[in-house]
Amino acid sequence: MDAPLRLITSNPLDQLARTIEALLVVASAPLSVQELAEAADDDAERVEAALELVRERYSEGRSGIVLEHVAGGWAFRAAREAAEACARLFEKPAQRNLSQASLETLAIVAYLGPCSRPDIARIRGVSADSAVANLLERGLIAEAGRDDPSVGGAIKYRTTPLFERIFGLESLSALPRLDDVGADAEEIRERLHAVAEKRTA
Amino acid sequence: MIVRELELDLDAFEGPFDLLLTLVLKEELELREVDVAGIVLAFLERLSDADQLDLDACGEFLVLISALLELKARGLFPEEAAELLELEPEVAAEELARRLAEYRRMKDAAGWLRDRLASEGDRFFRLGPAPLQPKAEQPLAPQEPEKLATVIRLLAKEPAQVSLAHMALRFPPVSQFVERFRAVLKRRNRFDFDQELGGLSRVEQAVAFLAMLELRRNGEVAIEQAAPFAPIRISRTDVEREDSWTLRSA
Repeated sequence: MDAPLRLITSNPLDQLARTIEALLVVASAPLSVQELAEAADDDAERVEAALELVRERYSEGRSGIVLEHVAGGWAFRAAREAAEACARLFEKPAQRNLSQASLETLAIVAYLGPCSRPDIARIRGVSADSAVANLLERGLIAEAGRDDPSVGGAIKYRTTPLFERIFGLESLSALPRLDDVGADAEEIRERLHAVAEKRTA
Repeated sequence: MIVRELELDLDAFEGPFDLLLTLVLKEELELREVDVAGIVLAFLERLSDADQLDLDACGEFLVLISALLELKARGLFPEEAAELLELEPEVAAEELARRLAEYRRMKDAAGWLRDRLASEGDRFFRLGPAPLQPKAEQPLAPQEPEKLATVIRLLAKEPAQVSLAHMALRFPPVSQFVERFRAVLKRRNRFDFDQELGGLSRVEQAVAFLAMLELRRNGEVAIEQAAPFAPIRISRTDVEREDSWTLRSA
C-alpha cells in the first residue's frame, strides 16, 4: 500500500517542522532561527512557530530526544532519563575534572570576557597560563582578538558556544547576576550578632 | 585559652589553628582558599564561652591573624604589592577591598558553575568538531615592504671578521737552535748567549734557551753565569776538558 496508514495532521507547518527536525539531526552545534530559516528557505516567524511544534514533540517524558534552546540556538540532546545509558557509552572530556583554578578562570572569562591572561591573573593573583591552556584545550574558551593589535597586545579570550551548551545556558546573559557580597557575608554577620548578644547577656 | 589549639571548621581546612599555620607556611594549603573571617568568628565564639576576657589570647590571636591577613593580601596581588605600597593607606585599603570583592565574586561564580555542572551533568548531546564555531581572526597590522627589506638587509649583513692574531704565535723548532749553537761552537770555543741572540724575539729567545739546556743535558756544553741576570756564557765541554787536562798535566 502506497499511502501511509497514519492520519497526517492538517497543520500547515508540519512540512516545515519535519525539515527543521532533519536540519537539527544533521547539525553538530545549535542552529539559530536565522540559520534554520535560511536552510529551510522559509521565513523566521514560520520557523519559530514550527520550532514550537518540534519542541512539543521532543520534550522530556515524551521522547528520548529533547529539543532545547541553548547557546543561542536550537539543538537536540538526549532525554535525562537516558543519561545513565549515555554515560556508559560516552565520555564527557570537556567538563571532566575541572579544577577550582579552571572554574575560576572560566567564570572570569564568562563574566568579564573577552579578557586577557594578565586580566585574569590580576583578579586571581596567580598566573593564569596553565588554566587558560587547559580551558582552550577543552574547547570551553577561544581566542577573541588582541588588546591592541597595533602594539601586539595580549590575546583576549571569550567562552565558546560549547561552554554555554555544557552548562545549559541559552546565552551568557543567562548567567546569574553576582551580588557584590557573597551569601556567606550574611551568615558571618549573623554569627557576629550571636556572639555579641551572648557577651552582653 | 590557647590560641594555637583553636579548632577550626572551614571549607578549605578542618583542624587546629597551629596546623593551619604550619600547612600555610609549608605552602601545602593555598592561603587564598582560607576564609580568614571564619577563623576570626571561631575565635570570637570560643572567646565568648569564657567568663573572663582572655587578654593574652586576644593579643596572640591579633598578631597571628594580622600576619595571616597580610600574607593573604600579598598572595592575592603579588605583582602589584609595590604599586599598592605607594598608595595612601586609605586608598590602598579601598583598592584591596575592591579587588578582594572582585575575586570573591568570581569565586562565587566559579561555585555557581560547579553546581551548574553537577545539575546539568545528565545532559548528553552530539558533539561535532564544531564547524560553525567562529574563528577569531588575527590580522597583521599593515606592513611596508621597504621596512621589511631594511630589516632583512640588517639580518643579511656580513659577520665581523674573527681575529686570528692569537694564532700567529709560532715556535721555531728547538733543533734549529741546537744546530745553530753547534755551528757557532765549531768556530769559537765559547760565546755569550745574549750577544748571539740579541736581535731575536722573546719566543725565539725562549726556544734558544731550551736548545741550550738540551745541549747541556747531552753534555756538549757548559753554562756559566756569574750572578743572576749576568750574561750567560756557553762553552764547549771538550775544550774545557782539554783545558783542565792541560792544567792538570801542567
